[in-house]
Amino acid sequence: MTAFALRGLFSRKLRTVLTALAIVLGVATVSGTYVLTDSINKAFHSIFNESRNGSDVVISGKSAFKLSGDSGVTAPAFDESLLGQVRALTDVAQADGSVNGQAQLISKKGKAIVYGGAPNLGFSIARGNSPFNPLTLVEGSWPKAGEVVIDKATAGKEHFEIGQQIGVQAIGPVKRLRLSGIVKFGSVSTIGGATLAGFALPTAQQLFGKPAKLDEIAVSAKSGVSDQRLMEEIRTILPSGTQARTNQGQAREDAKETDSFISFLQKFLLGFGGVALFVGSFVIANSLSITIAQRTREFGTLRTLGASRRQVLRSIVLEALVVGTLASIVGLFAGLGLAKGLFSLFDAVGFTLPNNGLTLETRTVLVSLLVGILVTLLASLRPALRATRVPPIAAVREGATLPESRFARYRLPAAILLTALGFGSLLLGLFVPNLSTAQILLLMLGGALVVFFGIALLSVRLVGPFAWTLGWPATRIGGAAGSLARDNSRRNPQRTASTASALMIGLALVTLVSMLAAGIVSSFRGAVNGIWKNADYAITAQNNFSPFPIAVSEAVAKAPGVVAVGDVRAGESLAFGHKINTTAVDPATRGMFDLNWKQGSPDVLANLGADGAFVDKGYAKDHKLTLGSPVQLTFPNGKQKTFAIKGIFDPPTGGSPFGRVTISTATFDRFVQDPHNLYSFVRMQGGQTDANKAALDGALKDFPNAKAATRQKFIDNQISGLSSVLNILYVLLALSVVVSLFGIVNTLVLTVFERTREIGMLRAIGMTRRQVRRMIRHESVITALIGAAIGIALGIVLAGLLIARVDFIILSVPIGQLLVFALAAIVVGIIAAIFPARRAARLNVLEALQYE
Amino acid sequence: MSEAVAAPAAGTAEAPSAGPVVSANDLTRRYGEGETAVDALRGVSLDVPKGQLTAVMGPSGSGKSTLMHILAGLDKPTTGTVTIAGTNITELSDTDLTKLRRRHIGFVFQFFNLLPMLNAEENVVLPLSIAGEKPDKGWIDELLGEIGLAQRRDHRPSELSGGQQQRVAIGRALVSRPTIIFADEPTGNLDSKTSGEILELLNRSVRELGQTIVMVTHEARAAAIADRILFLDDGLIVREARDISAHEIVAAMEELGES
Repeated sequence: MTAFALRGLFSRKLRTVLTALAIVLGVATVSGTYVLTDSINKAFHSIFNESRNGSDVVISGKSAFKLSGDSGVTAPAFDESLLGQVRALTDVAQADGSVNGQAQLISKKGKAIVYGGAPNLGFSIARGNSPFNPLTLVEGSWPKAGEVVIDKATAGKEHFEIGQQIGVQAIGPVKRLRLSGIVKFGSVSTIGGATLAGFALPTAQQLFGKPAKLDEIAVSAKSGVSDQRLMEEIRTILPSGTQARTNQGQAREDAKETDSFISFLQKFLLGFGGVALFVGSFVIANSLSITIAQRTREFGTLRTLGASRRQVLRSIVLEALVVGTLASIVGLFAGLGLAKGLFSLFDAVGFTLPNNGLTLETRTVLVSLLVGILVTLLASLRPALRATRVPPIAAVREGATLPESRFARYRLPAAILLTALGFGSLLLGLFVPNLSTAQILLLMLGGALVVFFGIALLSVRLVGPFAWTLGWPATRIGGAAGSLARDNSRRNPQRTASTASALMIGLALVTLVSMLAAGIVSSFRGAVNGIWKNADYAITAQNNFSPFPIAVSEAVAKAPGVVAVGDVRAGESLAFGHKINTTAVDPATRGMFDLNWKQGSPDVLANLGADGAFVDKGYAKDHKLTLGSPVQLTFPNGKQKTFAIKGIFDPPTGGSPFGRVTISTATFDRFVQDPHNLYSFVRMQGGQTDANKAALDGALKDFPNAKAATRQKFIDNQISGLSSVLNILYVLLALSVVVSLFGIVNTLVLTVFERTREIGMLRAIGMTRRQVRRMIRHESVITALIGAAIGIALGIVLAGLLIARVDFIILSVPIGQLLVFALAAIVVGIIAAIFPARRAARLNVLEALQYE
Repeated sequence: MSEAVAAPAAGTAEAPSAGPVVSANDLTRRYGEGETAVDALRGVSLDVPKGQLTAVMGPSGSGKSTLMHILAGLDKPTTGTVTIAGTNITELSDTDLTKLRRRHIGFVFQFFNLLPMLNAEENVVLPLSIAGEKPDKGWIDELLGEIGLAQRRDHRPSELSGGQQQRVAIGRALVSRPTIIFADEPTGNLDSKTSGEILELLNRSVRELGQTIVMVTHEARAAAIADRILFLDDGLIVREARDISAHEIVAAMEELGES
C-alpha cells in the first residue's frame, strides 16, 4: 500500500508538482523571513559588539526614562571633568571620552546624503589607536581639529577624496571640514545605509553643541582587575545623571532599539508568510480534492481488491506527507533566495539594511519544515476522509463520482455560523473596552481566519449567480467559447468556489490595506487643511518626519520677506507615570493654526508662558483634566515641572501636529538639551511666491537636510512616505496572490485532464485550437473575478469595521484602486490560463476522444 | 494510379448530385517504427456516394476505426489522400481542417459525448454556436421533432436515457446539414430495443433528409440497414456487399474470424 501511494505520486508528476508549489511558496516566505531577520540581527549585533569591544566599562549620560530613538531627544551629556576623575582611579588602565549625535554629510552638489531612513552617525574619535575605537583607517589619517573621516561606502558613492572639503551639518548650519581619512567599521561589510562621520573631540563638541561635555566615557581595566571591581570603583565617583555598564551590557543597551525593530519586522513578515500559507492550504485542499475525485475508480478498485478504508486513508495521508516534506525542503531553500530578494527590495525602496551574509538558524529549518508539513497534512485530511467513503462498486461504474460527505447538508448552516462567529470575534476585538493587546490581536486574527473560512464555504452558493453575472462579458467577447466557459465555471461550484476563495483572501487583504491608506490620506489631508490656516510654507526635514535642529528656524526667520515663524518642537516626557510625546509651540503659531478649542481660546497658543500647557480632548478625558488642572512633566534630564492646563482642543480625525501635552517653546528649551523642531511654519510678505520660495531656499542653504514646502506640497510629501510603506505591503500581499494564481493553474490543469474527452469532442465538431484556449482562459478569468468580487467586498466590510473603531481614519472608498485590483484579477486569470489552455489546445483530438 | 482516382473526384465537382462526397485513395497507416511497427491500413481506396448509408465492418484490429478516423480528418494517413467535398483534407492545417469539419462533417460517438451542463437543444445547436452561426428556429424545431425530443429540449443529459442522449448526439451531427456524418459504433453502448430506435433514426436521416452517413460497427443488425457494407480485414477492404440480410452479414463476419 505504501509503495502504491508513492508510485501513484510519481505517475502523476505534473499534478504533484503543481500541488506542491503552493506549499513551496508559503514555506519560502516563512524561512525567508527568518533568514532575513536573523541576518539583519546578526549584522547589527556584530556592529554593536565590535563597537564596544575594546572597553570594559562604559559610562554614559542617563535620562530620566527610556527615550525613543526617533524622538529627536537624547540623553543629557555630562561634564567632561568626570574623565579626569575616572582616569585617576587606581584600577583604570585607559579611559577616553566622546560625544556623538546626528551628523548630516553634504554631497558635492549641496544635497544631504541620506540612504533611506538610515541614521547619519557622527561621533568623536579620541585617538586613532585607542582600543576603544572600532574603526580602522583605510587611507589617510585620523581627524585633527577641523577635520573629518567618513566611511568607505559613502566616500565611494559620493566620490570624496582625501584633502577635499566636506559639508557637515549637526545642530548648527553646515560646517566645511577637511576630509582627512577614510575609515571602515570593523569587519562588517556594510552597515546598512548609515553614514559615518568621525571628528576630533573638540570639533565634535562644537558641532553637537556640547562644549566641555561628554556623552560617554569608555574605560578599560588594568590587567587582573575584574569588571565587577572596576564597576564598583567607578560607581563611587559617578555623579547623578550618569550611569555605568559593562561593555556587553552597553552593547545590549545599544541594540535594544534595533532589536525591537527587528522583532517587529520579523512578526510583520511572518504575518504575510502566514497569509501565503493559509492561502496555500486552500490551494492544496482543493487540488487534492480534485485529484481524489478523479481517482474515484482507482479507490473503488483498491477497495474491491481488499484495501480497508483505513488503508485508503493512510495511503492518501502518506502522499500528503511526502509532498509536504519535499515541498517544505524546497521552500526552505527558496527562502534563502527570497531573503536575498527582500534585501534588494528594501534597498530599492530606500531602506538599506546591514547585511553580513545570510544566516540559516536551526530554528528556521525546524519551523519551516514543521509548518509546511503540518499545513499540508491538515489540508489533506478532508479529501482523504472523503476518499475512504468510495464504495468498491465505484470500480465498475462508468463516471462514478465521490459520494457526498456525511456532513454535506450541514454545510450551509455551518458556513453561516462560521462567518457569524468570525465577525462576532472581530467585533468583540474591536469594540469591547479594556482588552489587552494580546486579547485584541487574538480575537481579530482568529476572527479574520474564521471569517475567511466561513466566506469560502458560503461562496459555494455564490458561484452560480456570480459566474452568471461576471461571465456575461465572456459570452459577448468569446462567443460559444465564452458561453461554454461560463457554463464550465458553474459546473462544479465547490471547485470554483475553493479556487476563487484562495484569491479572495489575498484581494480582501489588499483591499483592506488600500481602504485604510485612502482613509488615512483623506483624513490627513482634511486635518492639515483644517489646522493650517494662515501660514505660507512649512519647513520639514528632507525625509519629512525627522526632527531638525532649531537653528534652522532661526536662520529662516532672518530670510527676507519672512513675517513670522511658528515652531512646533518634538520631544518626550513622563506624565502620570507614562512616557508621552510632548510638543512645544511658540506664540507665533497663534495666527497660523485654527484648532477647535473645547476649553480655552485660540489665544492659548500665544499665552502658554512658563507653566501653561494644553492637551487634546481624549487625553483630558483619560486623566480628568479641565482648565487649571495640574500636570507634572518629568523631562529626560530628570528635572520636573508642574504645568497648568490652559486649553483643551478637539483634534480633527486626521490628527494634529501636537503630542499629548504641549507647552511653550521657551519652557521646553530650558529643560531639553539640543531641542529639535518637527515643523516650522512660515508666514511671508506676499504669500506663496517664487521670490519668497527662493528666499527660504536661500536661508536653508546651510541646512541641506531641511526644506520648505507649500501646504499642498507638504501634504503630498507626508503622504509619499505612506505610499512607500503601501508599496511594500502590496508586494508582500502579492505573494499570496501568486499562491492563489498557482491554485487556479492547478484547478484548470486538473479540469482539462478531467474533460479530455469532452475537449476532443468539441474539437471534432469544429472548435478550433484558438477557441479551446479562449474557453479555458475565460473560465480562468471568471474564476478570478469571482474571487476578486468576493474579496473586494469582504475587504471593504473589514476596512469599514476597522475604521468605525479607529477614530483617526475616515471611511473613503478608493474606487479607482479597487478597479485596478479587479483588473489585476483579470490579469491573474489570464496568466493562470496560459499553461492549461495550451495543454488543452494541444490535445490530440483522436487520443482525447478515446481518453478514459 | 492517383490520377485515375483524381478524375472521378473532379467529376464530382461538376455534377455534385451524382459523384462521391468522400473519396479515399490508397490509404495506408503505419503506427510506430521499425520492428514494432503495425500496419493498420495497407492500401484502402473507396468512394462514399451522396445520400447513402455506408457501413464499415470488420473484426477488432481490422483497421475499421483507423479508416473512419482518417476519412474524418481526425488522423492523418501515412500515405494516400482523402477528398471531402472536393478538398484534399490530408494537406490541410489544423485550423483549416477544423473549419472543414464545421461545414462538412458530423460525428456520432459510441459514448454520446454530450456536454453535461447544456440542455438537449443547446447540445444540438452546439456546432452552430461554435462556428458562430445563428441557428434557424424552424430547422431546429423540425430537427428536434425528427429526433423525437421536442418535448425534452430543456432537459440536461443527466435527465435523459441513453437512447435519448444518442438521439441528441444525432441531432447535433445533423444540425449543420454536413456533407457527411461519421458514426462510430453508435449503438455500441445501448440495449437492443434502443439500438433499433437509433438505427431507425439514422436510416430516416438518409431516406428523408438525404443525409450521407458512414457508420463503423461490428453489429450485423446495425449494418443490415446500410445501402452498402464494406468488410475490412487486416487493413484491406476484402469484400463489398449491398442489400444483404443480417444472417448473411453474420456469416461474412464469421468468415473473417469474428466470433
